[in-house]
Amino acid sequence: MIEVNEKIAIEHGLKKDEYKKICDLLKRTPNITELGVFSAMWNEHCSYKSSKRHLKKLHTKGKQVIQGPGENAGVVDIDDNDAIVFKIESHNHPSFIEPYQGAATGVGGIMRDVFTMGARPIANLNSIHFGSPDHEKTRNLLRGVVKGIGGYGNCIGVPTIAGQTCFDESYNGNILVNAMTLGLVNKNKIFYSKAAGVNKPVIYVGSKTGRDGIHGASMASAIFDDKIEEKKPTVQVGDPFTEKLLLEACLELMAGKSIISIQDMGAAGLTSSSIEMASKGDLGIEIDLTKVPCREENMTPYEIMLSESQERMLIVLEEGKEKEAKKIFDKWNLDFAVIGKTTDSRNIELFFKNEKVAEIPIDFLAENAPMYDRKWIKSELPKKNSFSKDQFKSLKLGECLNKILQDPNISDKEWIWSQYDHTVMGDTIQRPGGDAGVVRVHGTNKAVAAAVDSSATYCNAHPLTGGKQVVCESWRNMISVGAKPIAITNCLNFGNPEKEKNMGEFVECVEGISEASKYLNYPVVSGNVSFYNETKDKGIKPTPSIGGIGLLANYKKMITMELKNNGNYLFVIGKTEGHLDQSVFARNILSKFEGPPPEVNLFNEKQNGLITLKLINNNLIETCHDVSLGGILTALSKMSIKGNKGINIFPINGLVNKFQYFFGEDQGRYIIEIKQENLENVEKILKNDSIHFDKLGLIEGNEISYGNDLKISIDDIKQGYKKWLSEYMVN
Amino acid sequence: MKSSVIIFPGSNCDRDMDVALKKFGFKNQMVWHNDDEIPKSDLIVLPGGFSYGDYLRCGSIAGKSKIIKSVIDFANSGGLVLGICNGFQILTETGLLPGILQQNKYLNFICKNVFVKIKNKENKFFKDIKKEVLELHIAHNEGNYFCSNDELKSIEDNDQIAVTYCDQKGNDDEENNPNGALKNIAGVFSKNKNILGMMPHPERMIDQYLSGEDGSLFFENLIGSF
Repeated sequence: MIEVNEKIAIEHGLKKDEYKKICDLLKRTPNITELGVFSAMWNEHCSYKSSKRHLKKLHTKGKQVIQGPGENAGVVDIDDNDAIVFKIESHNHPSFIEPYQGAATGVGGIMRDVFTMGARPIANLNSIHFGSPDHEKTRNLLRGVVKGIGGYGNCIGVPTIAGQTCFDESYNGNILVNAMTLGLVNKNKIFYSKAAGVNKPVIYVGSKTGRDGIHGASMASAIFDDKIEEKKPTVQVGDPFTEKLLLEACLELMAGKSIISIQDMGAAGLTSSSIEMASKGDLGIEIDLTKVPCREENMTPYEIMLSESQERMLIVLEEGKEKEAKKIFDKWNLDFAVIGKTTDSRNIELFFKNEKVAEIPIDFLAENAPMYDRKWIKSELPKKNSFSKDQFKSLKLGECLNKILQDPNISDKEWIWSQYDHTVMGDTIQRPGGDAGVVRVHGTNKAVAAAVDSSATYCNAHPLTGGKQVVCESWRNMISVGAKPIAITNCLNFGNPEKEKNMGEFVECVEGISEASKYLNYPVVSGNVSFYNETKDKGIKPTPSIGGIGLLANYKKMITMELKNNGNYLFVIGKTEGHLDQSVFARNILSKFEGPPPEVNLFNEKQNGLITLKLINNNLIETCHDVSLGGILTALSKMSIKGNKGINIFPINGLVNKFQYFFGEDQGRYIIEIKQENLENVEKILKNDSIHFDKLGLIEGNEISYGNDLKISIDDIKQGYKKWLSEYMVN
Repeated sequence: MKSSVIIFPGSNCDRDMDVALKKFGFKNQMVWHNDDEIPKSDLIVLPGGFSYGDYLRCGSIAGKSKIIKSVIDFANSGGLVLGICNGFQILTETGLLPGILQQNKYLNFICKNVFVKIKNKENKFFKDIKKEVLELHIAHNEGNYFCSNDELKSIEDNDQIAVTYCDQKGNDDEENNPNGALKNIAGVFSKNKNILGMMPHPERMIDQYLSGEDGSLFFENLIGSF
């Protein structure tokens, strides 16, 4: 047996004073198994020790919320006893080390979080961020991640309906892989992780335990260095077929009444799942590790407790239901073992070969875990750039547009989503490539919309504004398909919290998210934090990913972004002031990287969104698309390309020049398509509510034209827009 | 008309197929892979998915599964059998259909709408479909049909090619081949035309809100053919 000392504790990722605290709490030196358990529970990934005090500030309440943060996933009401269980989670560190398995097990993990609560997964989404396209690793990482996400989701048979892909050099050494799942559940049949009752059997089901993924959670709480390749063995290996079996078996068992609580074995495996169930139930737990089904020989208690082998669940059953439950797992060919029981000791007690190998009060691991109030610094709002006329003089609208449509962050991502099965389950009514994916609630008139957004550039320029903006962007994506925004889940990807700047970015982004979600009644119901996205002292841009969901009471009212008919008019709702700082145009065309992000006006945001939703619900508009990266002309082009129709753009009036008008990234805007017969009505409604709108143009022909300044065929812009990624991937 | 959909543990298009069959009037029942026999049926369907994980070779374990003997007996006695996607792969593994399905030419999973040309209407699967070209949907990693020259000659001589990938106008040339399939083959019949395996999913194209209805034509014809 290894003698535990401070050096070994530090090798486990614990700090000196944390190790001292462990010895003080126990009033003795922990043995190696106990040290392993502490290190797994006290790392950043599991304990949220740097983030907890700030996460409390998030807006998490609302009439629609059935379960907020703190469970395996959040739950919201969608009427008629139906509820949606959803969450987003990061799998950044493992995906950089081993992209296929890292991404695959990210998808597997988040799906387990959702079906653990009794919900059948109905849609997957993802947000993935990679380094500069020129970086030597980017291509292979992208290929591996996409294959991993597809390999897992396609096999399980859950459609991947939307996502987001970004490239930025700040992710050169730390890619981001955030996976999100939505599940459908009867709101009276939700399962929670809180154990209740003493002497209840604790059941292990699913795959056998192997040596894979040991210390995965600690790895996810560390910064990277040159020896990162050596960490490959800490990446888990996914088996989607077994997950499919586990999903079906769990749902079959959940149809009965034998489960008291259930928890998937995710980060820190058996350790965190058992402790979490006991902690929430104010109970103790006793586990005989000899009974844990193992894949490899001679596994030690330490290894069994820290393994992150995938596709495993821990269940507390009603007494006497073991046989009935075992029958179901036998049918699905999965391991089933009674490995322990709940106790009233409030300790976790581990036995191995008839010997007690660990005993720790649960409180020490959960409530007494370290909490830090890390120092942080506030970001100043950068000064606005003043652009002179000369800077625009030599520019041509058409050339700028073509360049922007081929920007890696704007161009078409079909190469990615065509590798994901997005139509299985037969309810996908809006496929990837639009503002949000939409799936019907099977057998009803309802549908659920979902999208993931992030705006690292804005967050980097000013975290508070960026945090607000990304929530608004998510809200707009819901509105744009005709869905009422319900709630969000957030995946907070940041650098090293021990650095004041990074910590400040986190604190202020959270503040921004909170403010916007409160104002829009768009609460955060679940999420996760991923810190230490840093390699050799270089951290990522602050990247909160927001996964939003919305509800359509009648799926037939869903709306899409492609232009529908010649002769229809286009309006833009919301005011265009031509904000170019931090825009794609500023960076890509003017090579200006400084300045503040566009201002977020929550009042306008809400007004403009609600009025757009009203127009959709009253069947007054044919098409809707929100204006985001690349501004109005980029949005129009995408609508044109998808609908294969041209636009005659009307002359703009106002104080801004055409580049500012067409490429500015002002917030809170939607482009809508209106039939002639509805024009008057739409104008009246907008004017009545004092909503600012511009008449943008008329759908006709097969060119986008703007007086003498722009004449460009749809085929031409389509080519550039469609080809960038596929050409990049074959080179 | 009674149909049976076989559920392997990794099937994932079983429910979609059940929904489609019922929508067009079949009395459908689900049959578990470990069952001894299949209830009396007019049609047996092997749905898409990953039957037993397909880590070995798509459909290879399903091709030796307990239920498959009943499927083979049913097919050999002239019963109507339909295999979609993984179901097609399984049918080639059992030898009920000629050829094999290799990994897609560009090594990627492909999920998208495709057009297929109906090559033979003298069979129950396609006989009364008015269109020549259908818009269906594919979602697979191993749909690249291949067979030996002798087999190809034999299936061509026997009119066993059911559908080929093409464009909207029916041009089934290399340009419209999504996965590298030999002769653009998307589906084949058995010699007697009572067994059809095809990669495209008609069950995903059965209402306008799923962006297509040509799958409806397939099922309407199928129920009408009895």
